[in-house]
Amino acid sequence: MTELRYVYAVCDSLDAPLASDVTGVAGAPPHLIAHAGLTAVVGHVPAEQFAETALRRNLENLDWLSETARAHQSVIAALASVASPLPLRLATVFHDDSGVRAMLEGEAERFRASLDRLRDRVEWGVKVHVETASQTGQDGTPTPTGASAAPNGGRRERLSSAALASGSGRDFLRRRRAERTERDDAWRLAETFAQELHDALAGRADDARIHPPQNSELSGSSGRNVLNAAYLVHRSEAESFVEYVNRDAERAPGLRVELTGPWAAYSFSTPPEERSEARPAAGGTR
Amino acid sequence: MGPANSFPDSPLGGGSSGANLADILERVLDKGIVIAGDIKINLLDIELLTIKLRLIVASIDKAKEMGIDWWEHDPALSSGARHQELARENAELRQRLAALEDSRAQDSLDPAHETETSRD
Repeated sequence: MTELRYVYAVCDSLDAPLASDVTGVAGAPPHLIAHAGLTAVVGHVPAEQFAETALRRNLENLDWLSETARAHQSVIAALASVASPLPLRLATVFHDDSGVRAMLEGEAERFRASLDRLRDRVEWGVKVHVETASQTGQDGTPTPTGASAAPNGGRRERLSSAALASGSGRDFLRRRRAERTERDDAWRLAETFAQELHDALAGRADDARIHPPQNSELSGSSGRNVLNAAYLVHRSEAESFVEYVNRDAERAPGLRVELTGPWAAYSFSTPPEERSEARPAAGGTR
Repeated sequence: MGPANSFPDSPLGGGSSGANLADILERVLDKGIVIAGDIKINLLDIELLTIKLRLIVASIDKAKEMGIDWWEHDPALSSGARHQELARENAELRQRLAALEDSRAQDSLDPAHETETSRD
């Protein structure tokens, strides 16, 4: 069985060993290849899964992809607890160790610059969701802004049947228009809040990136995602950053602020000058 | 011992199995540094979009039919496509109901329906 080399990340020389219980991609524990003053974190993976044709096919299989992504992340996470790694994109694969060494040598300058930029820093993810209007709004159930949807929903449902009998379809349509206006107002408020939160957090971070909003129905979280951002924060600032997010979250009725992290600095692995322009406003793509 | 250790449920604290798959995929597929490996898989550009699309729905036609403009919204990778479909169906039903209401409002009440609702 041919084995290929799956590279997770590059770091400076590691002071501490990796946790021994980390199972990497394809169940293979990661090990280190040191070369050119850098360290690559590598796993042996079977060619049956990771050669080009197989990989192309596997990447389109959600189960395989989920498992691989989680394994990849678990190695990066273990690594990030002992170092500040430069995470590589999923499925960076070489034929053998010498291919990995050649890569370390060829990219050494770029790696060192990035590692310097990320040293002792972690990434925090912050998302803002509008709780009120989005979900119930889409199925047309009337939802007063700021109020909880459930109790009213049932009552209006019956009102709607009554309207059917008394023939006020026009009232129904008028009500829907009013709801849409309320919903737009709620979103405008949410976007203002998100913009202010982002400005404040970006001021507390070494770097910030705005990612496209996640589709709430697909990510499985409730509400509409109006801000999806990442912040690069020095480890020594982590606590105050987290406190600030939690405090600010409380002054946002109807909105949910979600904090994830600390992550390895995924969103900042590419130097600022190489990044494509980040999308501007939260939720602006509607 | 770094500050990272004070967040036990975090991705760095060994709790990554509980981390949201959408967040993980967003990072490992889209964000890590791109190195040309020996095995050439270009996760950027059109191929990544194709992957996302195929994960989310069965085919391009279905996506269009469902009105997913994923290239704008970059929807998180997830198996939740069924929810999207339900929401769409729901919206369609509401629309039909509104239309039905309008037409019923114009006709006067139909006695046949009265009979149907008072049936034992």
